[in-house]
Amino acid sequence: CCPPITEVCGAKRVGYFGPAQFYIALKLIAAAQSGFPVRIESIKNELPLPRFMALKNDSEVRYGTTAELHGVKFQVPHATLEKNSYKRTDEGDKQEPKSPPMSPICSPPASPSTYQRVPLSYGYGKSRSGLEQQHGAPYEVRHSAHQQDGPSSGNYGTKPALTCSTLNRSLSVEREQQDSSTSYSDDPWRITEEQRDYYINQFRSLQPDLNSFISGSVAKNFFTKSKLPIPELSHIWELSDVDCDGALTLPEFCAAFHLVVARKNGYQLPETLPETLLPEYLQAASLKPMRDCTLFDSYSESLPGGQQTRDFSRTEKASAEEIPDNSALLQDAKKDDKQALKVSTALKMIPKEFQHLTVKTAAQESNALKARPRSRSYSSTSIEDAMKKGEEPPTPPPRPQKSHSRASSLDLNKIFQQNTQAVRSGWLPPPPPALPPRPSVSQTEQPSEVELHPQTNRPPSQAEENSAAKKEVVLAQPPSKPTRRKLRTEAQGLETPELSPTINVTSSLPTVKPHLPVQKQSSKQKRAIQTAIRKNKEANAVLARLNSELQQQLKEVHKERIALETQLEQLRPVTVL
Amino acid sequence: MADTGRAGQTLENYPLYIRSVPTENELKFHYTVHTSLDVVDEKISAMGKALVDQRELYLGLLYPTEDYKVYGYVTNSKVKFVMVVDSSNTALRDNEIRSMFRKLHNSYTDIMCNPFYNPGDRIHSRAFDNMVNSMMMQVC
Repeated sequence: CCPPITEVCGAKRVGYFGPAQFYIALKLIAAAQSGFPVRIESIKNELPLPRFMALKNDSEVRYGTTAELHGVKFQVPHATLEKNSYKRTDEGDKQEPKSPPMSPICSPPASPSTYQRVPLSYGYGKSRSGLEQQHGAPYEVRHSAHQQDGPSSGNYGTKPALTCSTLNRSLSVEREQQDSSTSYSDDPWRITEEQRDYYINQFRSLQPDLNSFISGSVAKNFFTKSKLPIPELSHIWELSDVDCDGALTLPEFCAAFHLVVARKNGYQLPETLPETLLPEYLQAASLKPMRDCTLFDSYSESLPGGQQTRDFSRTEKASAEEIPDNSALLQDAKKDDKQALKVSTALKMIPKEFQHLTVKTAAQESNALKARPRSRSYSSTSIEDAMKKGEEPPTPPPRPQKSHSRASSLDLNKIFQQNTQAVRSGWLPPPPPALPPRPSVSQTEQPSEVELHPQTNRPPSQAEENSAAKKEVVLAQPPSKPTRRKLRTEAQGLETPELSPTINVTSSLPTVKPHLPVQKQSSKQKRAIQTAIRKNKEANAVLARLNSELQQQLKEVHKERIALETQLEQLRPVTVL
Repeated sequence: MADTGRAGQTLENYPLYIRSVPTENELKFHYTVHTSLDVVDEKISAMGKALVDQRELYLGLLYPTEDYKVYGYVTNSKVKFVMVVDSSNTALRDNEIRSMFRKLHNSYTDIMCNPFYNPGDRIHSRAFDNMVNSMMMQVC
């Protein structure tokens, strides 16, 4: 049926479907479906609208009617119809099929206004899907109103104008829903809470007094570690040192750090400092309550779709919680999040256990441990990202790059085989002193530990509930070690891991026992625990690999540094002035 | 149409920064600036032990030649600013030149504040460029 139509409408002759051909073709389809012969004359009849089975609704129908009237105008739907069918396969069934074709039209005008700096595709995709759902109805209304209009260019102009108004409306609605997420995630020049916390922490490492400033040379050394080229660093400094005093206050430092992070992630540096990075803005923003974190969590739960994006933002949150600005508040945030966890109930047992573990002295470790259950519930890619943030204190951490994390997750099985070797060889000073305490703590742990490592993702089938519970505790140790290393110098970090694992386990043992009767009740919980164990193992493997990579990087950086220092020595006598 | 060129130069007298509007005849400006350095040095040495204050940093009209005038300015760290202005541009008064030099000096100190800038490097700062451009547009 199709070849004759293409012939008749002239497409075959011309070689492509122009607007006229397309319009004729649709009419012919309608004709054919109504039983009329496929001929030019049939389009003169009063035909019912063509039905397209592939497409769920009668959006094409409407396009058919407009095509009757305005062949020129059809040019726009022509392009979008293809997209429409494409989107169908992508996004499944939609209430308002009009909206997919509309989004290509309206999104370009929309993007400058609202999502101007959005190279992040996930944010865009998320907003688009939300837009589509809300746009079908208004678009249809306006579409019919436009049917009598004149030139298509005029139409095109007015359509986006009108769509923009509804866009703004829907966007404002969306904004209320997703305020913290979209505005914080989409605008690359806006500092999120967790980023701010990280920057503040870094500032503190350079200058303990938060109200004072970092001198130029100190800041220079710090930012040079980011391995950005000097001209770019110079430009970043220019942008962020607003008062041009050769020193960075806390907001200036945050802005500079943020620019470095953005540049490392591929964003071009702006010509002028974005508004969200101005010191006044940052100072005002820093006074906002941490409550936003909890709101963010609850919103992220209620919103449909974009799970991947949620993982992304949540891991950023997870990494933020590793930084102990306010452990009490963070505990609250975590409690809310725990309730919002979609994971099975057994996983909730683990957070409770960790809660007991927080009784110990080092608050950082507790936060890190609590962060673990949350990050465990997501893909291992997100765990790696969270750890990346934690493990690079001197250099600004790169924002997780999706391609890289996906590649790493593919390698997970392979890595897991090498888990033992990676653990032994990759981890430097902290692991050797820390590993012995683990077996010494309890006898039952030792056989279970031996079981764990050589095995692949299959959890030990013969695990009793006792050992299963203890295994969770055991696995709690490896994830916490890297974060401990992050938060202190290596010298200091050595002592705490030695002590705390022992304290960890002893305090948890009594708490494990009350759980035992509960666990014995259902094997379903046991299975859930085993999945948790599996996930912990994956996290472990990822962390080990990350560690070895970082060690490699460290070695290279050392070499570079030595080379630069020798160069400097050679050039020293030749300095100007 | 006024041709303007300006350069900042250090003790060793290599240019840190040169900008001219319009951009043809740039070589001529280079040459002019270089030769005017001699005059600047002369003036500096003539000042000798005189108190160095803002006023004396401004060297004034170095020499009017052919169809342009050259103004000089030297900073405390012996960085010289040389401005070449078309003679036909009679609207430019001494005060304006002084203020322009002051702006240049301020921008230069801002650059110095940047720890990533090593004294003696060529100046690539965008802020500096913008400032110079706006000044030159103002003149032309």
